[in-house]
Amino acid sequence: MDLAYTPEEEEFRARLREWLTKALPTLPPKPSPQDWPGRRAYDLGWQRMLYDAGYAHVHWDASPTTRLIFLEETETAGAPYVGAGFVGLLHAGPTIAAEGTPEQRERWLPPILRGEEVWCQGFSEPDAGSDLAALRTRARRDGDDYVVTGSKIWTSHAEVADWCELLVRTDPAAPKHRGISWLAMPMSSPGVLVRPLRTLAGSAEFAEVFLDEVRVPVANRVGEENDGWRVTMVTLSFERGTAFVGEVVACRRVLRSVAEEARDNGRWDDPSVRRRLGRLNADFRALWRLTQWNVSEAEASGGVPGVGASVFKLRYSHARQELYDVAAEVLGAESLDLEQSWVLERLSSLSYTIAAGTSQIQRNIVAERVLGLPKGR
Amino acid sequence: MRFQLTTDQIALRRGVRALLARYFDEAARRAAVEAPHLDRALWRELGAAGFFSLRVPEADGGVGLGLPEAVLVFEEAGRALLTGPLVATHLAAGVVDGATEGEVVVADVDPGGLVEWLAEADVVRGDATGAVPLKSVDPLTPLHRVPGPRARAADPVAVLLTAAEQLGTATRVCELAVQHARTRKQFGQPIGAFQAVKHLCARMLVRAETARAAVYAAAVTADPVDVAAARLLADEAAERGARDCVQVHGGMGFTWECEVQLHLKRAWVRARRGGGGAESEESLAVDLLA
Repeated sequence: MDLAYTPEEEEFRARLREWLTKALPTLPPKPSPQDWPGRRAYDLGWQRMLYDAGYAHVHWDASPTTRLIFLEETETAGAPYVGAGFVGLLHAGPTIAAEGTPEQRERWLPPILRGEEVWCQGFSEPDAGSDLAALRTRARRDGDDYVVTGSKIWTSHAEVADWCELLVRTDPAAPKHRGISWLAMPMSSPGVLVRPLRTLAGSAEFAEVFLDEVRVPVANRVGEENDGWRVTMVTLSFERGTAFVGEVVACRRVLRSVAEEARDNGRWDDPSVRRRLGRLNADFRALWRLTQWNVSEAEASGGVPGVGASVFKLRYSHARQELYDVAAEVLGAESLDLEQSWVLERLSSLSYTIAAGTSQIQRNIVAERVLGLPKGR
Repeated sequence: MRFQLTTDQIALRRGVRALLARYFDEAARRAAVEAPHLDRALWRELGAAGFFSLRVPEADGGVGLGLPEAVLVFEEAGRALLTGPLVATHLAAGVVDGATEGEVVVADVDPGGLVEWLAEADVVRGDATGAVPLKSVDPLTPLHRVPGPRARAADPVAVLLTAAEQLGTATRVCELAVQHARTRKQFGQPIGAFQAVKHLCARMLVRAETARAAVYAAAVTADPVDVAAARLLADEAAERGARDCVQVHGGMGFTWECEVQLHLKRAWVRARRGGGGAESEESLAVDLLA
């Protein structure tokens, strides 16, 4: 067991840190959360800076440890997160890289890396959430096109996306996992309608996407027809790998700020508050170690995230909610004021036990795939 | 960074598990429950196997291994419900004559005021004056209590080795719960097919694996704050895991016959070492302002 980084990894860290010191002051001012075109331009601009400096593809072909260092250092330095680049860099891109033809990789990957095109995700549907394979959006073959009709939901960045990685049903007669295909759909296609959805935090972070006879070229299908479920699983296991590294670093910083606030406003004198903060510190320290453990495991197994990812997500999503609950206890009455720090984050934290597999589904996965308990009826 | 067990560490763990299965099997454990005593022959076997001399340098006649290896060995001890003042004697190796070889049983007055195995010990470290016997909740751990205020802070190595034992318990009770859930049938199917039971088991694993990362990392860094975190998570994983394991076993879990009760009670005893977890929580809180 070794927690020390190699000289090459330390050198990568030092060079990145030096570049961040120079690059971050040149960033434009952060746009307001409601300014979608501004957010798109800001996030893509940051990706372009990474590209020019040679860091654009860290998410794809760097070793898991290098990726860990990259995410740790960028978050520590206060650099922007992937933002609008999320689906392209962390979902659609890796899927195309793994399953696409040479032509498809050449068409779609470079614009993602250069920060020129934004992708969104059309997976979930109103009646297909945790049971994603029950999706019903229909794609009918018509010559060289699929004609797609249906609706998608929880689609982040739909308003500003160029492309949508879309799961459609191409064989309604097949068992539900075997009749699905993966398509890259231009968001500018006729028949695509985007309607923003307001979250309980008040913001429009995602949207519904309605598809009415949208024509998508068959050439835009990645993988074989009806093999989309397997193609998709490549993407989802990727999402559950190192995706939360930056967030754990960020949570540890927030936790220190909450402790400082408690010291400044007197709540620190309450031993129950101190001990709750201490326990959370233990949790987040352990989550960081678990991340290092999972990354080392992925490194040893050739980059495949192991079962540790579900274990991590379960513990992390609850710790994040506890963090903002403690912050509210420290804030007292001010925790009801949306202008205060951490209040919106407290609301947003509720999504963490739902998005990317609810905690209940994750526990089923852990129980069946890790512990070997029988599938229920 | 390679934060995984090395081949040697995996071999060590396998070796210790086999050794304990040989010398402290279910029959030996049952006998110990009915007639609690410290098995001197077993103690010498542990000594001969290097259990106590593990971290003593080779030049001084020890095995010359480090804290990570000690943690793996104590995890196995916890898993097997191995009895005796293991941590105290391990820490006395190289300091108290005969401890290294397992010839001498060393007890220690815990900073929290408890002494395990006082009557059976040849050497007692710390002041046990006025020690009063308790009717110990754990049939496999005799306890005394020493009156008066706590004398000193807990030794981080003792805290970490206790956390390693708790990790062993957390892992073992998860396995026991899963075994039972796979085989016990109700309503025509294994109870493990019901989500309510599945989720209890999944939570046990999540707590155990989070604790594992914290315990192993603390063994590598030996940082007192890492040790404090390891302790809190390992206590939680062991205590709540053992309790959930009783629940999964249903009525059988509530019987004296069932192994699970011993894990729960031992987890409670270990969680009181060093005066409980409050000191660790406070040090982790203070660390946030550092």
